[in-house]
Amino acid sequence: MSESANNAPVVLDICGLTKKFPLEDGRFLTACDNISLRVYKGQTLGIIGESGCGKSTLVRTILQLHPATSGEVMYNGENLLEATGEKRRQNRRRIQMVFQDPTAAFNPKMKIKDILCEPLRNFGLIKSRDVDAKAAELLRMVELPEDFKDRYPHSMSGGQRQRVGIARALALEPEVIVCDEATSALDVSVQKTVCELLIKLQREKNIAYMFICHDLGLVDLMCRQVAVMYLGNVVELIEGRRISEACRHPYTRALLKVVFKIDFARGEKIEPLAGEIPSPVDLPPGCPFQTRCPQCMDMCRRHKPALREVEPGCHVACHLYS
Amino acid sequence: MLLQVRNLDVSYGARKTVEGVCLELERGEILSIVGESGSGKTTVIRAVMGCLPGAGRVSGGDIVYEGRSLLGNTPEQWRAMRGTAMSMIFQDSGAMLNPIRTIGSQFVDYIRAHAPQKSAADAKEQACEMLARMFLPNVENVMRSYPFELSGGMRQRVGIAMAMTFSPRLLLADEPTSALDVTTQAQIIRQIVDVRNEYNAAVILVTHNLGVASYMSNKIIVMKSGRVVESGPREQVLFHPRDEYTKTLLDSVPVIGGEPYYERIGE
Repeated sequence: MSESANNAPVVLDICGLTKKFPLEDGRFLTACDNISLRVYKGQTLGIIGESGCGKSTLVRTILQLHPATSGEVMYNGENLLEATGEKRRQNRRRIQMVFQDPTAAFNPKMKIKDILCEPLRNFGLIKSRDVDAKAAELLRMVELPEDFKDRYPHSMSGGQRQRVGIARALALEPEVIVCDEATSALDVSVQKTVCELLIKLQREKNIAYMFICHDLGLVDLMCRQVAVMYLGNVVELIEGRRISEACRHPYTRALLKVVFKIDFARGEKIEPLAGEIPSPVDLPPGCPFQTRCPQCMDMCRRHKPALREVEPGCHVACHLYS
Repeated sequence: MLLQVRNLDVSYGARKTVEGVCLELERGEILSIVGESGSGKTTVIRAVMGCLPGAGRVSGGDIVYEGRSLLGNTPEQWRAMRGTAMSMIFQDSGAMLNPIRTIGSQFVDYIRAHAPQKSAADAKEQACEMLARMFLPNVENVMRSYPFELSGGMRQRVGIAMAMTFSPRLLLADEPTSALDVTTQAQIIRQIVDVRNEYNAAVILVTHNLGVASYMSNKIIVMKSGRVVESGPREQVLFHPRDEYTKTLLDSVPVIGGEPYYERIGE
């Protein structure tokens, strides 16, 4: 089994994962196209890209919220996607999720302690009389006061609610937690404390995160491994290096150019990519980024570039580097 | 002085949500109000526009626009000002539009409401021209579309086009890019700056993104729990903050290439 730069074993090995949605007119919407990624134990894999690039579909497919078209997700030598019935249900204990909007992720009529212990109840891992103690323990883990267990979600702030979301994901002691834009709805100072909490928990429990985010700055600070997605493809994968120095793909560079930083020099201008992400229905042959790429060549319209390592820690799918 | 807000208090019922806010704005200036959600940023610009929701009312201070207090405005006077003297861009312009009418028919109605002398054909022509100015592709098609058929970025451009139709001297923007992707956000921010340059309008931008505030503003106001904790020229607030809260906010912004969180907390 291969290992990451700092010798962490692989927990999830995603191989050639493809998800196509059939449309009414017989065409297909390709949300994820032949994606291969590795999630390492106790490390964070960041996934960035604009909305519609397939980040959420990717994790939803991994979680089997909808079936994959092809490909496999290996966990402990088993393909998670082949599991069915009770086996599949049991597999869900290993991968948990933190959602973007903590308000929508909870039942407003349930108390925090019931929200936190519901995953345990689902798997018959807790007795009713232990609920209070377990909820208090989970709340302590995410640095919330224990007496929050008797509250309802509406009487908490967004940041507190997101901490409850994290606590619920921790309840089953999973090996992988998927954070789908888990901090996007939070204010910047709250976002920072939640991110620090995630890192602290990762240290303590050796959890792997799949951290989906569209804030390049945040991904850079949270993840040792970053995958950049565009139109259902991973166009760049950076491992163990910083995005700002290692990135090569024209799309990633364009994303770097639109980061709003604090210390803009006077007269400095941001240079956004023109246009919008094209429709993922019936993609043309060639590179998915061809329509917006400033360096598009003839070859890019004919052949789709494969993801290959151009220098250590930097995998790019671009003809400029082949 | 285009706009002067003096010691503004806003109350909802007996509860004061905004207290003692002061700001001044000249033509062509961009002022950003930053702060966390619930800090009263939006309430301030809603008060300036005279559209506080529900039981909200200005309970103290004054809002002076071009030398005249707005607090005594009758509903008719407000209607005459909104859209022409000042206008607003919302977080999601799609929510501002009627979902079951086409962009075109709403835009034409909007123009004729403010300029009743215009014929429908003239109004349509003006609407198309405004949309084209905002670099919307295939304007005729946009006019025939329903709001849901456009992407978030395109809807926001429609919102800006509508807001700028009557060349208002004051543009209020309430989190205009928070719902957008990074590249679209950059496009829209550039567009708002261009609009300011073209019309020499003053802009008040409400945002929680300090990077956006840094990029656009001449002045910045930092709010917390309904009060202004710091205000001043951009350079002063961003590079020499005096208030602890401002420092915390600035310190929380993730910086590319900065020290990663996974290394900050001792291994």
